[in-house]
Amino acid sequence: MRRRANPLLTGYALLVYAFLFAPIVVLVVFSFNDSRRNFVWKGFTTEWYPSLLANDEVLDALGVTLRLAVVAVLVSTVLGTLLGLALARLRGRSRSGLETLLLVPMVTPEIVMGLSLLLFFLQLFDGRGGFGQLSIAHVTFCLSYVAITVRARAAGLPAHLEEAARDLGASAFEAFRLVTLPLVAPGIAAGAMLAFALSFDDYVVTTFNAGVGSSTLPLYIYGRIKFGVTPEINAISTIIVAVTALALLIAWRLGRLRSPAPG
Amino acid sequence: MGLRDRAALLLAGPGTAWLAAFFVLPLAIIFVVSLGQRDALDRISLADPSLANYARAFDPRFLPTFLNSLRYAALTTILSLAIGYPIAYWISRHGGRRKVLLIVLVMLPFWTSYLIRTYAWMIVLRDNGVVNALLQAVGLTSEPLILLNTDFSVVLGMTYGFLPFAILPLYVSIDRLDENLVAAARDLYASGRAAFLHVTLPLTMPGVIAAALLTFIPAIGDFVTPDLLGGAETTTIAKVVQELFLQGRDWPYGAAIGFLLMVVTLAGTLLAVRTVRRELVGGGD
Repeated sequence: MRRRANPLLTGYALLVYAFLFAPIVVLVVFSFNDSRRNFVWKGFTTEWYPSLLANDEVLDALGVTLRLAVVAVLVSTVLGTLLGLALARLRGRSRSGLETLLLVPMVTPEIVMGLSLLLFFLQLFDGRGGFGQLSIAHVTFCLSYVAITVRARAAGLPAHLEEAARDLGASAFEAFRLVTLPLVAPGIAAGAMLAFALSFDDYVVTTFNAGVGSSTLPLYIYGRIKFGVTPEINAISTIIVAVTALALLIAWRLGRLRSPAPG
Repeated sequence: MGLRDRAALLLAGPGTAWLAAFFVLPLAIIFVVSLGQRDALDRISLADPSLANYARAFDPRFLPTFLNSLRYAALTTILSLAIGYPIAYWISRHGGRRKVLLIVLVMLPFWTSYLIRTYAWMIVLRDNGVVNALLQAVGLTSEPLILLNTDFSVVLGMTYGFLPFAILPLYVSIDRLDENLVAAARDLYASGRAAFLHVTLPLTMPGVIAAALLTFIPAIGDFVTPDLLGGAETTTIAKVVQELFLQGRDWPYGAAIGFLLMVVTLAGTLLAVRTVRRELVGGGD
């Protein structure tokens, strides 16, 4: 038996969804607006997109952002996968201890994480920011998200699959490589996509740890936004929204794919 | 310790070492630096460690900043609960087979760039933005309303940003609630209102508490929203920390405030974890 929804409540729910998506829709629409001042709709144009390709500052920043994201994804996916598999196996105190260690970086205010790494590198290594420092910072805030995503996938696997492989003569490493890894792979891919989205988007931690010459796209955008709204920034933003939405869609599909634990 | 546990600890080793080196140790360094002073060249001097920076953090001059952050976070939390509860309820009770999709739709904006979503509100709210253009087109106002760079825009931006954190735990909590309990209350002649107040709300309270903490924690430490949607006079803890570091150069003082922010966040998180754990245990799994 399902009760009919109160139409008032349904209308309200639709309003909340509209609230969640309206600003993003406005942003995308205005990136196609044929007006420099861009507060009234003047007509459709795509001119802001090609002009980005001629902007060296944007292209340089995009290059740094992508290289940084690749390093962050590679390192955090390897370490995070191992952590996620460990979490799925551990019991009792060691598990809750590891859970806490992974949870705390996720709730730490970005500003605290940013300045703690800045001070860490300055005090211990006389570091002044730069690509290496940024890479370590990005891996650090991506790690927990990968671990938790992989763990969600690994926890749904029946424990005895690996044991069965061992009984059939596989070595521990073979059982891991031939049985566990393929089954957990969608979770790993989903974690990697999340790490990409997080790294690609980060502003606060990056602003504390970027040195001269390692300005990322979010730093560039932030600098421009402080002086107002421009159609070029709308266009960059629209591209970023499209790229992250695609990454998340893939992550979501992979996470659901052949899920061993339905629901 | 079994073989299985030892293998698991081996797997956890590299990641744990990474977090110890690049997360735990840096936090310890914040604390050490917070005990130091700024020397004449704006460098960090640890020659004469003291708690003076913490005393300064409770200085009456800093108090308004702290209260302001608290106010923004509290308003954001209340608004998120008020907006989030009905929609979480609607998804759980009337979402049917589309529940998962409806929840994913709630989370989708959260996963697109926070910076860009905040920027989108600048387009919507500024003097010649979408809202003012609409109001003037319908003739409701002749002059633009000042919406951007106000307390209103900061709280709106934060609520927008953290609403998904409220909806998710509320949804989980409401979805676990056995509908027969509500039906039983109704059979015993409770009005819809009474059944909600005496059955539904108390039983979903752990979800409400988790939602409140999950909204409050990111809101109290947020930098981007108050910086972009707030005015020059909008001061928050995170903005002060950023200014001390990147402009004022008083790093030991900034470290002390950052460390206090971390302590507040950790306390809130432990509270949230305990609430959620208790619900899982109490839920009879």
